[in-house]
Amino acid sequence: MAFAPFAAAAWLFVIGLYGVVSSQNLVRTVLSLTVVQSSTYLVLLGVGYRHAAKAPIVADIPTTSRLVDPVTQVLVLTDVVIEATVIALLLALVVQAHKRFGTVDPAKLRALRD
Amino acid sequence: MSRRGRLLLFGCAGSGLLAVLVIGLHGLPPFGDFHGAYGLLVDRLEPGRRHATDIVTALNFDLRAFDTLGEEFILFASVTGVALLLRHLRDEEDEPPRRSVDDHRFAGASDALRLLSLILIPLLVSLGVYLALHGALTPGGGFQAGVVLAAGPLAILLAGRYLALKRVAPHWAVEALDGIGALAYAAIGLGGLIFASAYLENFLPLGTSGHLLSGGMMPLNSIAVGLEVTGAFLLTWTEFLDQDLLVARGEL
Repeated sequence: MAFAPFAAAAWLFVIGLYGVVSSQNLVRTVLSLTVVQSSTYLVLLGVGYRHAAKAPIVADIPTTSRLVDPVTQVLVLTDVVIEATVIALLLALVVQAHKRFGTVDPAKLRALRD
Repeated sequence: MSRRGRLLLFGCAGSGLLAVLVIGLHGLPPFGDFHGAYGLLVDRLEPGRRHATDIVTALNFDLRAFDTLGEEFILFASVTGVALLLRHLRDEEDEPPRRSVDDHRFAGASDALRLLSLILIPLLVSLGVYLALHGALTPGGGFQAGVVLAAGPLAILLAGRYLALKRVAPHWAVEALDGIGALAYAAIGLGGLIFASAYLENFLPLGTSGHLLSGGMMPLNSIAVGLEVTGAFLLTWTEFLDQDLLVARGEL
């Protein structure tokens, strides 16, 4: 099962997309998008992992220890920040949509359909 | 397109995508056998080069300091966007919400929840400060610290007092925190331009590995980012909570 983290990431990606497509509430659409994004964390952390390696913190272990890749971990940090900003902006747009159309059901946003 | 049609289309496209992804798993190098030269090099060099013991923070605030600048301004821009979007219909004047509204917000907060929030506040704030200061030593750094610090005032809300939250973290202070944090990070970078060779290059003494004041400018960067993230998250939350209050007052 050496590919398990990547298989889980693929599953999260597709199930998140299903959530986006099937959602009847814009808030749920946004939350589904977070599921899609969380698959990227799994991919990045999975890529950077090395067998029998320690976390890249050398405060109390020798600097010559076998360490997992810190670069992918930094990329995950960036990823989390981007996710937070994207979600905040999307939720603000949902609030605006609710003000304008009085609904958060994507199928009922008339102005978008006409 | 009808909901049924949309789901049918996704059923075909989604299962195709999943199949392609699963087939793609076969060609991958085995899990746990990563040989990224860059990461290995950073692992070996950074503890000696910058006296930092948390290599992730060393990457974030030293080697990738310029990317972190961009990251910080992405956060800044998006929070500005949230504020612009949500203030669209609100009066320019920031009048405090009426008393009655505050009373019915979280009125169901039990005494146990209030007590827990009160206990949480000092814990969250001290954990946040610890994370910001020890970023170069142990897991932590500005981004994590900012989120934890911003959760402190949020615990006041849990205690059922939105107006108290607004007193502790008024709009102008939160906005100033956000701006000052972003500016401070950019300004620290200028120090590198003046005292060292390049923008965001380290120009401070490195200190002793494992001590609080080590890692050159990393603790400063970490504090600056911590301030910015605290401000950004508090601003986002108060904007959304203000919307909630406006809805509760029947103004929207």
